[in-house]
Formats: sequence, structure tokens, C-alpha cells
Amino acid sequence: MARLNPWRWCVLACAGLYFLVPLAASVVFTVDVPGQGVTFDAYTHILSADGFLSSLLLSLELAAATIAAVLLLMVPAMVALRLGAPKLRPVVDVVCSLPLVVPPIALAAGMGTVLKWGPEHLSRTPLFQTFVAIQNPSFPFVLVLAYVVMALPFAYRALDAGLRAIDVPTLVEAARSCGASWPQALVRAVLPNLRGALLNTSFLTLALVLGEFTVAQLLGFQPFAVWIVTVSGSQAQLSVAVSVLSLLVTWALLLALAGFGGRSRTASRG
Amino acid sequence: MTATTRDKAVAEKAATVEFRRLRREFGKTIALDGLDLAVRPGELLALLGPSGCGKTTALRLLAGFEHPDAGEVLVDGQDVTGVPAHRRDAGMVFQSYSLFPHLSAVDNVAFGLRMRKVRTAERRARAAVLLELVGLGDKGERFPHQLSGGQQQRVALARALALRPRVLLLDEPLSALDAKVRLTLREEIRRLQRELGITTLFVTHDQEEALSMADRVAVMRAGRLEQCAPPSELYGRPATAFVAEFVGTMSRIPGHLDGTTVEVLGQRLPADGEVPATPEVDVLVRPEAVHVAAEGQGDARVVATAFLGATTRLTVRMADGVEIKADLSTHEAAALAAGTAVRVSLPRRPVLVAERAH
Repeated sequence: MARLNPWRWCVLACAGLYFLVPLAASVVFTVDVPGQGVTFDAYTHILSADGFLSSLLLSLELAAATIAAVLLLMVPAMVALRLGAPKLRPVVDVVCSLPLVVPPIALAAGMGTVLKWGPEHLSRTPLFQTFVAIQNPSFPFVLVLAYVVMALPFAYRALDAGLRAIDVPTLVEAARSCGASWPQALVRAVLPNLRGALLNTSFLTLALVLGEFTVAQLLGFQPFAVWIVTVSGSQAQLSVAVSVLSLLVTWALLLALAGFGGRSRTASRG
Repeated sequence: MTATTRDKAVAEKAATVEFRRLRREFGKTIALDGLDLAVRPGELLALLGPSGCGKTTALRLLAGFEHPDAGEVLVDGQDVTGVPAHRRDAGMVFQSYSLFPHLSAVDNVAFGLRMRKVRTAERRARAAVLLELVGLGDKGERFPHQLSGGQQQRVALARALALRPRVLLLDEPLSALDAKVRLTLREEIRRLQRELGITTLFVTHDQEEALSMADRVAVMRAGRLEQCAPPSELYGRPATAFVAEFVGTMSRIPGHLDGTTVEVLGQRLPADGEVPATPEVDVLVRPEAVHVAAEGQGDARVVATAFLGATTRLTVRMADGVEIKADLSTHEAAALAAGTAVRVSLPRRPVLVAERAH
């Protein structure tokens, strides 16, 4: 590691202040109640707060479904792209970057329009039931659809970086000459070498879904982020406490994912 | 199972390979233009040629990674053109390092056995034997990134042999290695191939590699076979001018063809093999067949000398500007410094003639 000279100390301190001061202020705000001194009531009340568990669970379920959908869609597509049509890569690159250009609010407005328009025109067809089903408030699948689109740019970049690091065609051919069928070659020879990229994709998607507010709010569902905002109107301290907690939870998940990836790698190398 | 019984098992079923009128096009490029070639059981056949001559395509057709537009590939007389790659029974070593990065050396070698659902203990034991065979018995637990390039290719070789394939395919396996490793691995591959008696196709663009390793060398050009012969015959009696110039060093000396004899350097020598229709021809000579002697009135001059150890290669420029390369023993060449006037002559033997270049 490079030596920490005074200049580097200074930069580190500035960066630290920039990140830690707001965080510390939040924590102080939640524990220092005027007139009562330091108390952790805000945190203890979280669990019993109305809607906390259900909204958090909903967000985690949505995240799991989105991660599964993104990986199932993107991994085979990107591997096929490498093997079969490398010339199409710029096209896919642009398509996957489009969600960055379209603001979530436009996406949500468009989806809202379709969701209103669809049932009216399709009321006599079986599609009507589909529209109802994907808006089921206990598991709004329509949000998964939106999140998959929103996660595409991150998933594309994470997977592309992973695939760049390995020679997919040669690995597949080597596996095939060792008697592996196509699916076996992908599962046994390619996927294990994409572990890091798969974890990155999963984590980026998880972070995106846990923090997503615009689309869920505009379409009228209440996952975690929407719940925090709703609750902040009535119980400001509680909502900040939840934010601090969700930050810690996200860090914990990140560390868990990284630890999982790192440990199994060293274990298999040992 | 001991190594010897396994070796026998492989040797007993050494396969023949035959390419029949193979044709393969990639867009406008014709990679193979009617290739006919037969590989004998247990031999090491080198496919040699300049880049783009279709040698790798031929190998990949045999491995099942490409499919011919026309023609067929036969292994032991059976057409395997429609058989998918993973059922071809062909072990392959690739030019680029192709080990699975997430598996240790022993697991890499055992990969094929795992695909065949061989039990863990048994496949690890067999993989260990194979690693021993390529001289890496103690490196089994290493991961590819902990091995040198040469070691990685040895592991790849062991992996290719793990399923006891009927044919072994080597696609320029040495070209990514440095010169010294290349030499030792060359000998090692040859030793293993002889021990196992496995029919082997070896693709290379390095003529020295092909000549030193192979039982027979197939020289390819523009998707066709030029000549397939043992190395000594290829060198000594090249069938075409292309083979003559591609294999080893050849000088072209202008001559005048008269029937079946050719007049060159003031000598009249019989022409060897097919002769071109035009009287103005080039005579193709190997540097070791050229005699050079100092002569005050000679109209040829030594323009360069290159010390090669036991021999020294002289470049001699004739009066008409033609340059001829000649290998002399270093002792003889000592008297012939650059600038010396010399006389060049050829031994009284049939010479190869070709249509005049340019």
C-alpha cells in the first residue's frame, strides 16, 4: 500500500468528512430527542411500525424476481452474442443503454398510460386478466418488468466486463472437445468463470430495486422506498432511522455477497 | 490401471482419418477448396502452410467445430460429418491457453471424465496418472494462472488425452510459447504420441516444427493439398515449386530449358520431375547443394556472410544481379569474405525447375 503522506491524509479526511458528516447528522437526529436525551426509541419502533415488514419483504421479493429475470435474460443473450454475432455488440450496447437516457418518470408515465388504456380496450379478452394479475398489490409483477428494463445498463456493463476477461469461444470449444454438450459447456465451463460478473450484476440490481422510488410511487405500489417517504410525513425520526438502517442493511448485503464470492474462490483454490 | 495397459488400449484402436473433397467458404474467402487427405493409423501428420491456407479449418472440421459446405470427413471409414463435436472422440489442444480458469490442473484433466459421469475418486486418479505422463505429477492442485505457458499446454495435452480419443488434434499448440520451451515440448509431444500410438494431426505454420516432428507433412496452399510426404522427401524432392520454396530455403537461378535438360551457370543438367512448357525457367537449388570457390576472374561476388555455427551461409550476387544462397562449412567459408570474386557451380544431379518468377 502507498504511504500516507500529509497530502493524502488531507484528501482522505476531506472525503471522509463528506461522507460521514451527513451520516453522523442522521444518526444524531434519530437518537437525540429534544427533552429526552439520547434514546434509541426510533430504532426500536421500526419493527413495530405499520407497514415496515410488509414493504421491506415486498422490496426483497421484487429484487429477487428482478435479479432472476435479468440474469436469465442477459447471460444467455450475452454469451450467444459473443459466440454467434460479435458484430451485433454495438447494437446491443446501445439498446441496453437506452434506459439510462429515458428518465424513470417518463417510463412510469408511459406504463401508467398503458395500464389504464389496456383494460378498457381488452376487457373482453383473456388479456384483461393478465393486466389485473400483473398489478396484484401483494406482488406487482409490473414493477419487475420496469426494474428489469432499468437494470439493463448495469447488468450489461457488469456482464460485458466479466465476459471480456475470458475467451468464451475457446472455453466452449475446449469443453465440447472434452465431451460436453452445449448446455454442459455453458454451465460447467463458462458460468463458473463469470462468478464475479454475476455477483456484480445481482448486487447492482438489488441496490437499484431497494432504492427505487419513482416508478413504484407513480404506479401506486408501496415497496420499501415508498414506505420510507410515506412514513417521513408523520414520523420524521422513524423514517430517518429506517434510512440509516437500510444503508447498513445494504452494506451488510454487499459484504455478504462479496464475502460469499471471495470465500468460495479461495476455498476452491486451496 | 497401469500406464502400459492403457497405452495398449489406445494403440489397438488407432484410427484412420480421411478428408474427401472438403470444401468450406467463409463469405467470399474459400478456406478449403476440395481437400483430399488420408491420415494413417498412429501417425503424426503435420498440416503445414502459410496463414490462410485452410489448415486450421481442416482441423476444426475434424473436431466438429465447423461444418463443410461439401465433402466428408471419415474416421475409421465412418462418415462423422453429421456427428456433433462432443461425440467426435477427438482430443484437441488449442493455440491459445484454453484451460478452465476456475479448475485446478487435475480437475481440468478430469473435466471430460466428469462429463462422462465417471466417479470422482476414479476420475481424479486417472487425471493424476495423465498429469504424471506429461511430467506435471506434482502440479495437480495448481490453478492455470499459477502455471507457466508451457505447463498450461502440457495440462491441455493431458486433458485432450483423458478420454482416450481416437484422434489427437493439435492446433499450433506451441506458437504462444518461447523458443526454448517450444523445443522441449515438441520432443515431449512426439514421445507421448509415439508411446500412445495415437493418430495425430498437428497444424503449424512453422516448417522446422513440422519437419522435425511429423511422420508425414501435408503442405497446403489456398485450400488445397500441394504435397503430402515424409519430411526427407518433402525437402529433397518437393513436388511443386511452392513446396520447394515454402519448405527450407531455395534460391532461384535463371536457366534455359531444352527438352529435358536445362542450361544453368554454364552447366547442362537434367531436369527433375515435371517441367514447365516455357524455355525460360528458374532452377531451384538448396543452399547446401551450391558449390562456391574463390576465383580471381569470377564474375560473381560474395555480398554477405552469416555465421550459423558449423556452417556459414554466403549470399552470392551473380553478374546479372541474381542472388544465390550457399551453405559452406565454416572452415571453407573463412577464405571467402564479403567482396571476394567467386565462381558458383551445381553438382551433377537432376535439378528442380519452375516457371520463371516475375
